[in-house]
Amino acid sequence: MHALANPARFLRFARPATGWLLLIGLALAVAGMAAGLALTPPDYLQGETVRILYIHVPSAWLGMAGWAGIAGASVSQLVWRHPLAAIAGRAVAPAGATFAAICLITGSIWGRPTWGTWWEWDGRLTSMLILFFLYLGYIGLASAERERGGEGRIAALYGLVGAINLPIIHYSVLWWRTLHQGESIGITGSSIDNSILWPLPLTMVGFTCLFGAAALMRMRAELAEAKVEARMRRLGA
Amino acid sequence: MNPWPFVIAAYSVAIALTIALLLWSFASMRRAEAAADALRRK
Repeated sequence: MHALANPARFLRFARPATGWLLLIGLALAVAGMAAGLALTPPDYLQGETVRILYIHVPSAWLGMAGWAGIAGASVSQLVWRHPLAAIAGRAVAPAGATFAAICLITGSIWGRPTWGTWWEWDGRLTSMLILFFLYLGYIGLASAERERGGEGRIAALYGLVGAINLPIIHYSVLWWRTLHQGESIGITGSSIDNSILWPLPLTMVGFTCLFGAAALMRMRAELAEAKVEARMRRLGA
Repeated sequence: MNPWPFVIAAYSVAIALTIALLLWSFASMRRAEAAADALRRK
């Protein structure tokens, strides 16, 4: 992390990494989605709607991972004053918000034929909706702080406090046994049959690479904007 | 209930939002880097 604290060194890593992440991400996400739509059998209970799993699960993971990234960047900024931490937090937020929105929308679309409802104020759904609103708040707060010339400490504190929601989302299906099913995929194994499960790692890795590419592009944009602002200040002085 | 319209709708939303995110990130990066390069050349 500290090796990349220098913006020039970071850009030497970020420029080639952006293209590779885009290429690998597109290839894996397209392959995984195609396999999920055409090659896997329908589930004995859910039928064809089980195919939504291949986009819903990666988007849920990325919605949560994005906020974990913001929390990590916040710690890095508040504790070690890492020069790129605030930029990283601001760069991750739009991607995290997008995938949290995809998770909510695809979950709602899956819920209609499966549960018979588009929405239910269930623990998992509600805590995920809160995460989406936290992202919107973070984006607004961080950009307002940046415009006022702040270092982003208030946004960093907000990012840390918001991380409380992550374990709530994770354990919501255990704490409140309402509509959303319990954990079906864990670190040690899965209750889903392998004939259905196998394209999921492709979309998980694929969308994660695309998330990384989007975050790197936003970081590069922020660094270039900062360079322009510094140059304009020097020219004006 | 025919499940395919739901499956197609879910995939369409996911693909459209992902492409929109990538295009917006790419466009903002290109614009900012082009502005920085133009200023350096001045």
